[in-house]
Amino acid sequence: MVAALAYFLLPLVWLLISATKNTQDLFTTFGLWFSRSPQLLANVGATVTHDGGVFLRWLLNTVLYAGVSAVGAALLAAAAGYGFAKFRFRGHGAWFNLVVGAVMVPTTALAIPTYLLFAQVGLVDTPMAVILPSLVNPFGLFLMRVYAQDAVPDHVIEAARIDGAGEWRIFAQIALRLLAPGLVTVVLFTLVATWNNYFLPLIMLNDPKLYPVTVGLASWAAQAQNGGAGASGEMLPLVVTGSLLSIVPLVVAFLLLQRYWQSGLAAGSVKQ
Amino acid sequence: MGPRRAGALFVAPFLALFLLLFLAPLGYAAYLSLFQHRLIGGTVFVGLDNYLKAVTDPVFLRGVARVATFFVIQVPVMLVLALVFALTLDSGLLRLARVVRLGIFVPYAVPSVVAALMWGYLYGRDYGPFAQLGRLLHVPVPDFLGGSWLLGSLANVVTWEFVGYNMIILYAALRTISPDLYEAAAVDGAGAWRIAWSVKLPALRPALVLTLLFSVIGSFQLFNEPKLLQPLAPAVIDSGYTANLYAYSLAFTGQQVNYAATVSFLLGLVIVAVSYGFLFASNRRREV
Repeated sequence: MVAALAYFLLPLVWLLISATKNTQDLFTTFGLWFSRSPQLLANVGATVTHDGGVFLRWLLNTVLYAGVSAVGAALLAAAAGYGFAKFRFRGHGAWFNLVVGAVMVPTTALAIPTYLLFAQVGLVDTPMAVILPSLVNPFGLFLMRVYAQDAVPDHVIEAARIDGAGEWRIFAQIALRLLAPGLVTVVLFTLVATWNNYFLPLIMLNDPKLYPVTVGLASWAAQAQNGGAGASGEMLPLVVTGSLLSIVPLVVAFLLLQRYWQSGLAAGSVKQ
Repeated sequence: MGPRRAGALFVAPFLALFLLLFLAPLGYAAYLSLFQHRLIGGTVFVGLDNYLKAVTDPVFLRGVARVATFFVIQVPVMLVLALVFALTLDSGLLRLARVVRLGIFVPYAVPSVVAALMWGYLYGRDYGPFAQLGRLLHVPVPDFLGGSWLLGSLANVVTWEFVGYNMIILYAALRTISPDLYEAAAVDGAGAWRIAWSVKLPALRPALVLTLLFSVIGSFQLFNEPKLLQPLAPAVIDSGYTANLYAYSLAFTGQQVNYAATVSFLLGLVIVAVSYGFLFASNRRREV
């Protein structure tokens, strides 16, 4: 288990140590130990000011895309999951099976056709091009339906109806609160998926000002690779430091919200 | 408003977006795949020509074969590791279990772009710690970014990223097993190993199938890691290294929109077919 832990954590330790080095030290000092003159702050400064501070912009874009996508996807999945769990309507079974069947359809296979479709309606190279496809999460719907089945008891809904509450009010004020743990799980999954997404923004966005941090870092890495000396050689510490900065927020979110991973997954993975 | 109509209204927003953003692109890809753009005569309907071209296209076939190989090698390793860690954590015999669980899970929070860049530098011949250690100890270190090692190196990056994620799914399933089952098994004289084998594994079946399906989808659409290691290993990773890289290069460098749509659509079909194959196999086994 110690060996396992070392395997999973050492690359991140390397990243942390490397973010304190200049280009020369990256090449000449041992990767898993500090150089004589650590310069983390200088590297961070260089990273966030390079190219007119574009890195911070990328981080903000990522927060925007991932935040809007995650909250939107979770609310859509919660409403639909609640609807499928607690109501019967025409086409109920067929619709649900159609969506669950789509769980197997890979998002990447959809990305290029979605790009071609968005190109027809002028959505390409806008934030919506990245956010819209992330709002539909079939697996999230599946999880929320399973979760709503137990989390929102029928007698609670009935009692609220007898008290004269409308359907919308029952959902917004009672069901949503009971669904909260499952909701957070879907938010987390979508957040990680959108935060880490690369393929979709890569094909949808041309304007570097709109890039999320993944696409931005990859473009820097390509610059750092070209030649490796001179102006591009100075890019390497920026790529390493930028990589470190881009994972800090998500790792912190992970540590704070870790108990939600289990509760939501337990509901989805077992009761089939 | 009656409950029937209310239910339909609750599911309507999701289903509307699902139609627009899931089914419409699929339909559009299917439509595009039936046409070809020609210099003379413009866009013409060609029926299944693009499909015939794809299934005899050596680059596409090689790309699909490569991700299939990747799947066969990488997924068993990843899932066995995830299962071993989940069972170990669940056994309660481990000190600092929370720290270990988090440590193994943390790589999932690392974007695959960053994971690929990081491992790319770790693999490096100049300043990668492996190569540095090798020089120090005068031990030859393999060229991780060379032709024969590259697929294994990619498999390692993906394993590093996703063992923890799969472990959490399996661990969550283990936590929901009723303690009564363990007590009953213990009364029958089963030891810890026997309980793991005869009680825990069968109960984990649905969760294992789930992780397997996610892995099929992940492996067959492999793109990010090879795309990011491409500048480090340009001689090995060509524009058709994986099926998805091929679709990408067709659409964005070759401007062959119709053929790119065909390849995307076919790749989607392959993934759905493999997924359902596993689902049927696991359901059949359960009935026997």
